[in-house]
Parts: sequence; C-alpha cells; structure tokens
Amino acid sequence: MKKRKHLFQSLVLISALALALTGCSSSSSETNTGAQDTKKSVELLNVSYDPTRELYEEFNKDFIKKWKDETGQDVTIKQSHGGSGKQGRAVIDGLEADVVTLALAYDIDEIAQARGLLNKDWQTEFENNSTPYTSTIVFLVRKGNPKGIKNWDDLTKDDVSVITPNPKTSGGARWNYLAAWAYAEKLYKNDEAKIKEFMKALYSNVEVLDSGARGATTTFVERNIGDVLIAWENEAYLSLHELGDEFDIITPSLSILAEPPVAIVDKIVDKKGTREVAEAYLKHLYSDSGQEIAAKNYYRPRNEKILAKYQEQFPKLELVSIDDFGGWAEAQAKHFKDGGTFDEIYVPQ
Amino acid sequence: MEQSTFIQQVAPEKNNTVTKSAALQEPRFVRYTLIFIALAFLAFFIVLPLVSIFTTAFQKGVDVYVAAITHPDALAAIKLTLTVVAVAVPLNAIFGVMAAWALTKFNFKGKNLLLTIVDLPFAVSPVIAGVVFILLFGSQGLFGDWLFEHDIKIVFALPGIVLATVFVTLPFVARELIPLMQTQGTSEEEASISLGANGFKTFWHVTLPNIKWGLLYGLILCNARAIGEFGAVSVVSGHIRGMTNTMPLHIEILYNEYQFAAAFAVASLMSVIAIITLIVKDIIAWKSKSV
Repeated sequence: MKKRKHLFQSLVLISALALALTGCSSSSSETNTGAQDTKKSVELLNVSYDPTRELYEEFNKDFIKKWKDETGQDVTIKQSHGGSGKQGRAVIDGLEADVVTLALAYDIDEIAQARGLLNKDWQTEFENNSTPYTSTIVFLVRKGNPKGIKNWDDLTKDDVSVITPNPKTSGGARWNYLAAWAYAEKLYKNDEAKIKEFMKALYSNVEVLDSGARGATTTFVERNIGDVLIAWENEAYLSLHELGDEFDIITPSLSILAEPPVAIVDKIVDKKGTREVAEAYLKHLYSDSGQEIAAKNYYRPRNEKILAKYQEQFPKLELVSIDDFGGWAEAQAKHFKDGGTFDEIYVPQ
Repeated sequence: MEQSTFIQQVAPEKNNTVTKSAALQEPRFVRYTLIFIALAFLAFFIVLPLVSIFTTAFQKGVDVYVAAITHPDALAAIKLTLTVVAVAVPLNAIFGVMAAWALTKFNFKGKNLLLTIVDLPFAVSPVIAGVVFILLFGSQGLFGDWLFEHDIKIVFALPGIVLATVFVTLPFVARELIPLMQTQGTSEEEASISLGANGFKTFWHVTLPNIKWGLLYGLILCNARAIGEFGAVSVVSGHIRGMTNTMPLHIEILYNEYQFAAAFAVASLMSVIAIITLIVKDIIAWKSKSV
C-alpha cells in the first residue's frame, strides 16, 4: 500500500514536468505565429535610456492612435529603459530593437560600429542631427537651497555632497561631466592642469556614483542623499512634478546642449519587416503633437513655436555643444575611455 | 544550509536531555537577554521591513493595489515568472536527482571534482552567470551569428531567462539530496539488486521513496530562488516591458518610476508567495520527520 503511494507521488512529479515542457513549447510557437502575422498588427521595440519613460509612455499612445487612424493597422510598442551605455550594449549583444532613442550619439555610433546594425551616417537620416528634442544639464537642490548652490564652482566646495551617475555607464553622466568641464575650461581659460584640479575637487564630492540617471535621481530624491543632483533638465522637472515642493531647480550660468538622438536599426527592421512603421514612429516625434508631448515632458522641443509656448519652463542660458569637444568620438576617447581624464580625476572612495 | 537542517532534525531529542541538567543551565537573565536580542534583531531586520511592504502597498488604497497587480505589464511579469519556474524547477529536479545518485551511490574518479562543480553556482555571483550567457548566446558571442541567421532568440528572451535561472538554482536539489543519500548508504539498493531488480526498478521502488521528502524540500528552495532571482535575470532580460520583465525586475521598474505603492503591491505578492513557500517547507520538514 505504501509503495503505491510513493509511486503515485513520483508520477505526479513526472506529469508536472511533462506539462511544464509542453506548456513551454506551445507558448513559444504562439509567439512565432504572432510575428509572422504582420498585416494584422505590428510590434515595435523602442530601446531607450532612463529618463524617457514618461515621455514615451505618452508619445506611444499618441502614435498608436495616429497609425491606426491612417493605416487601420494596430501597432504595439514595447519599451525597454536603462542607462544609455548599458542599453546600447544590450542592442549590440542581441536585444532586437527596431528603434533606439538613446542619451547620446556615441552609444548609437557604437552599435553601428560593433555590428553594422545601422549605417554609419545614421545621424543624417532625420532632421536636426536626428535629435527631435534636446535638453540641458541643471542642478536639483533641496528646498530653499540651504547650501547656496548657484553655479558649477559651488559643487567643488568641501561641504557640498554631489550626486551624479557614472559616466562609464550613463549617457546623462557624460553630459554632466562635459558640462562641468566646459565651465572649468572657460573659468581657467583652457589651462588643462587647473581644469583637472577643478574636476577632481568636484568628483571627490560625489557621494554615490549610480549606473544610470534614474538611479541617481532615486538616490537623491528617495534616499535623501546629497545636497545637489546634477541632472537632465527634464529629469529635474519630473522630480519636482512627481514629488512636489521638496526641491528647487538651479540653472547654472553655462551648460551643455544635450542632444539625445533617435535612429532606426536597419538590419533589425529589415529582418522583421517593420521599417515603414519605425520610420513613421520617429518622424512623428518631429510633428506638432510629438513636439508638444516632448515639451510637456520637459524636453526642449526643436520646433520654435512650441518652444516659445513653453519658454517659462526653459530659461535661456549659455550652451556649449558636443562639437566644441570635437564630437562624441573625440570626447569619448579623451575623457571616458580607460585611462581618459575621468579615470585620472576620479578616485573611488 | 542543508547540513544545518539535517542537524535540526536530530537535535531536539538531544536538547531535551541536556536542558534538564542544572549545571549546564545559564542564569535566567543571560537567557532572557539573549532571547530579547534575537527577537529584537528579527523584528528590526525581518518583521519591520515585511510590515512596511504591506503598509506601503496599501498606502493609496485597495484600488491602487488591485490596479497595480492587474496591470497588463504586472500580469505579464507574473506569467513570465511562473513560466520560468515551471521549466527551471523540473529541470533541476532531474539534474539534482541524477547528480546526487551518481555522487553517492557510485565510486568513480573525479567524484570530488564533480561535487565542487555542482556547488559552483553558489559561489559565483549571479551577475557573472548572466554575463556568461550573453557571451555564449549574445550576437557577438560564440553562437551569435548562427542564432541571428536562424532567427533564434536566446538572450533578451524567455530561453535566456530560463537558462540563467537554471544556472543559479542548479545546486539546490543536488545539495539537499547528497547528505541524505550519503547517510542512507547503498545497502537497500544492494539488497534490491541482489533480489533480482534491475537498476531502474531499484531507483524507482527503493531510492526515490527514500529521498522523497528531501527532494521536495530541495524543490521548494529551488522554487523560491527561481521566483526571486534578480541579478542573473536582469543581465539577460533586456527589460522589455510586458515581455521579458520578471516580477523582481518589474518591481524595480515601478520603483524607479515613482510608483511606490504599485511597486510594493507587486512586492507584497512576492512576499505572500515566499511566506506560503515557507509554510509548505515547514509542513514538509515536519512530515519527513514523522514518516
């Protein structure tokens, strides 16, 4: 009698296993048929960086509706977010993105270079360097600005604790770094030794070096660490909007024009047959409603009229651009490659 | 850990005889201080966080809670997690039984090496486990070109997540069974064989009933880890919402989107699963003792 019971239990185990295996194979065949049936509906994967979550959530809804109205086709858009460098890496490693909307051109260049998934001159495909919206780098401080932070040099003071992500993994962090560098460059009239000293003083004040911009914001906003967060303007506004009256935004005298570009991943869209909808998707970012959504999510729109409408939100300041650093390839080689200036000035605590 | 549970099963009888001896009794205040410290420690590190998970989850009301766990992305995450468990746990059962059987009932060269390799996933960081699969199956990896040509997705899709989970949970069943089967020895099997049963029959009617409870116990630990695994899965997931986010990854996303109530709602669901798992584990531990 007892033996029978044991037998029964073993059988249960085996049947559970069989069930699991068949369940697995049937679900995979389901996804296969879904992919082939492109006429009925189509799916895009947008691999993006950290702070664009809210922007694309709103934008995707708008585009889905527009595409349905114009073509009658249903489109679903899948999103993936993370540090820009990390996301670029994932696409290189096989994450099949139809479009990439990353924090800086360099990360898309890397994808083009590593696997030839897209043309090297991808940045000429859409207007304005394929950058439908821009942003800049500002400071988020605690309410009332208790440390009296006004400009970049205040961040080098001994009693100030700074939060910024790691430029090796985060696109936003690289803009932060270059903005600070540009300020020091102007202050010390290109004296590189002094600039490095300035950067060293600033980064020795960094308390937590997160891997992505959103992680850094969480550290500052949620975990209450640090006196100042160096952040995307849009990210700073979002924190203000989401979490109310605990913070102030400080715009420094000089910052950098951050251009987060967009691109179609040619080889993937050709393989999946999604080029047409992917192109329409990115073009829609330049349309009036796309620009309006960008502005509403605190990105500076390219469209002058819409920018003027939101001018209160976007104070004018002196902006250097990545071209002042000789473009991303040069900036990356000089500052962020192994043994670059960041490795020189940053000493982990 | 496996050994300690084994000791636990033997320990109670011993304790009963020991505590009666007054010479070995600690002064009352020492005992109470120790108990108090242990309880305070547990309260601070386990009960308090657990309570805060549930209070935060319901902070914005039951509506927000229900909306959070019935959101399509959340449901997709739950479904994905369960699918991963449904594949990883049976695979581990098969492997674990085979490995433990080979390691305890037979003598062969390289036995110790195999024992060490079985333990490897415990020693290696989960992140490395994830990166290894990227190196193998990523498009720049060993099999990358071939996989791309044949349109087979491993990493950043379900197979990769399953692989990473299997890797991380590999030792659970084997590690649970090895000490058990070692103490049981081979005499029953020898008897069975000498009475004319073949290898399979012996395994089915002698070995399997003997290790039943240990096996279930190992499976439950394996199950808990498979549900909760974050590091390795995070590396191979690609973080596509509604597709390749498991429950722990979904919680991280919600948290980073300032949706704290929703994040903790999903977290509370996972805590409930964990608590149920522990209860089932205790029942099994108790049953296995009484059998």
